Amino acid sequence: MFATLRNWFDERFDWDDLIAPLRHKTVPTHHLSYWYFLGGITLFLFGIQVATGILLLLYYRPGANEAFESVQYIMTQVRFGWLIRSIHSWSANLMIFTAFAHMFSVLFLKAYRKPRELTWVSGMLLLFLVMGFGFSGYLLPWNTLAFFATKVGTEITGQVPIMGKPMMIFLRGGEEVTGATLTRFFGFHVAVLPGLATVLLLLHLLLVQRLGISVPPKVEVQWTANPSAKREMTFFPNFLLREMMAWYVALGVLGVLAAVFPWNLGVKADPFVPAPAGIKPEWYFLFMFQTLKLIPSKVWFIDGEVLGVLAFGLVGLLWLMLPFFESDQPSNMKRWITGLAVFVLAYVAGMSVYGHFAK
Amino acid sequence: MGYGQTKNSCLDCHAALPDRLGVTQEKFSQDIHAQKGLTCVSCHGGDPDSDDPDKAMSPKAGWKGKIERKQIPQLCGSCHSDPAYIRQFNPSLRTDQLGQYHTSVHGKRLAAGDAKVAVCTDCHGVHDLRAPSDPRSTVNPVNVANTCARCHADANYMKGYSIPTDQFAKYSLSVHHQALMVRGDLSAPTCPTCHGNHGAAPPGIDKVQNVCSNCHAFQDQMYEKSLHKAAFQAASLPGCVVCHGNHAISYPTDAKLGTGPDAVCMRCHTPGDKCDQARANILADLVQLDQAIKGADRLLGLAESSGMEVSEARLAQDQARDSLTKARVTIHSFRTDLVDQDIQAGLKIAAKNLKAGKEAMVERARRRAGLGVSLIAIGMVLVGLRLYIKKIES
Repeated sequence: MFATLRNWFDERFDWDDLIAPLRHKTVPTHHLSYWYFLGGITLFLFGIQVATGILLLLYYRPGANEAFESVQYIMTQVRFGWLIRSIHSWSANLMIFTAFAHMFSVLFLKAYRKPRELTWVSGMLLLFLVMGFGFSGYLLPWNTLAFFATKVGTEITGQVPIMGKPMMIFLRGGEEVTGATLTRFFGFHVAVLPGLATVLLLLHLLLVQRLGISVPPKVEVQWTANPSAKREMTFFPNFLLREMMAWYVALGVLGVLAAVFPWNLGVKADPFVPAPAGIKPEWYFLFMFQTLKLIPSKVWFIDGEVLGVLAFGLVGLLWLMLPFFESDQPSNMKRWITGLAVFVLAYVAGMSVYGHFAK
Repeated sequence: MGYGQTKNSCLDCHAALPDRLGVTQEKFSQDIHAQKGLTCVSCHGGDPDSDDPDKAMSPKAGWKGKIERKQIPQLCGSCHSDPAYIRQFNPSLRTDQLGQYHTSVHGKRLAAGDAKVAVCTDCHGVHDLRAPSDPRSTVNPVNVANTCARCHADANYMKGYSIPTDQFAKYSLSVHHQALMVRGDLSAPTCPTCHGNHGAAPPGIDKVQNVCSNCHAFQDQMYEKSLHKAAFQAASLPGCVVCHGNHAISYPTDAKLGTGPDAVCMRCHTPGDKCDQARANILADLVQLDQAIKGADRLLGLAESSGMEVSEARLAQDQARDSLTKARVTIHSFRTDLVDQDIQAGLKIAAKNLKAGKEAMVERARRRAGLGVSLIAIGMVLVGLRLYIKKIES
């Protein structure tokens, strides 16, 4: 049956020729190879997001008077609605986590070097988009925490000099967070961001396919010195089968999280009640939020929060351009980027933990 | 009356005088009268334009000197009983204070020559008198009990009046004081709420119910239907106070219906009589509903902490709690049939919520079973993939 189907496709589309690049594609095999799975796991979780997101769209109704109730309906009345919504929420968080882990693994394995600068740039842009997905999606259930977190988040955007206020009004659809903000965020979440993400994802995958998988410098040096030590496996099916095992593990983890810790719906947002004490953003924005809290209100003559927002903007831009600061001469390879990566990882993790426990 | 006057030579000297005669500009500027444009002359007379003390404090200039205590209510009343005058400053301010004062124990005793009783300035202060709405005012709801206690809690001062001096100490332990001072509920009762302010007097044994019913209206309606009303009246017992006390009113728990140290019914009733049986039935009903609500709360809490969506049932629990509160109010009718109606309504809601909790827990178990099956399937696929990889790579 499978062979007949395969022949049918082969006759019409020259199937063997079509999948030849996959057959010829190889993946380096060494003691750090398991880090290569992170990109695939992130892609798998993105797929889960798309699938569960489409299912949620069947019942979700954007609007201040309907959003919360529609999610409540999904959670209580729709068959397996609770599972779909919980998987969507948990998968979003896991995806952001694996995207960050993927970014740091690329950094530590120095996979961003020439000729893969654009792979890094497209990956970083995807990471920013993923965070945008998180920020816009968080508001959609229209519960109290989401409402005030969005209020705080968009207020921070408003701190950007000159463009801040218009950006904040654009994001909110007015001066305040209202039903207009919800409709807008829904549009970003299900149309604008997925469109951009699809284009960038295809570019990212194309670049990975075109440029192949990077080998860490130390392994590269060993293999150059001793070519017989070089190990590779074919992408299809050997690596893909292993990747599938990782996906199944991720699926199992998602299942456990969704079934044992279903995502809480919270209390419907009420713009007229005061913000709950100790309101915090989602964990992936916590390091920035906590940093902004720690900056004094005035640094010299500049407003502390404005300074913080500008600093994060500048760091983000420099981070995006990181490969262009790296020398292409292995002998002159600068160690400072690795040092910086260690510092940034420690800072992000430390500030996130501090932000979680801080009152 | 000195209203609108610009020069005030009185304060030039009195600002430098010691305590009893000393009034500084700073102190007087806090006074509501000063803020409305009145000056020393408004009460004391005299000529504030003169810098010569003899002329300024000349009887020819209408100077009254220190106002005698017994004259104070009349002096204050000369403005505060004049609606046309008061309207200029505060159209909603009452002007019956003096009339009320004459009906108060304070006013009557003052008229009888007792100068120790409270006059206006004892409660409101003098020279830095603030509006009652000002939190610093001595008659603001949060301060007025302390103001009353300055005399009424002073055993030496109250010697000879034959009334207790522990009212404030008892009130400080009461549920009313807690509501006012701990919860910050400014509508919670304090001394004037029950005794009146300018017309302060004990409510009277047969009128206590009327006082309490100003806030506890539903309890009053129930009490009106009860057999206790006639019985208490016949025995000259002070209504609500019989069971709840007066100044030291504690939080009413179901234990009041019991037979323990907090029980009140058995102070009058005989164990085993008809009323004792009714009491026991009502108490059993209340306990049953209370337990049913707590049981449903526990289960719904467990389901919620497991991530189950039970917000509707949690919300409905408030209705069950309302029924329990209503039943506790209906107790004042002392009719088992009326209490039972509220109890049954509450039990019905609690049972429905308990069912919702049980269903949520069943659903939780089903989800976990589904998870177990899924994990087994995933595990089998993983093993299969591993074996397949091993096979193709060998």
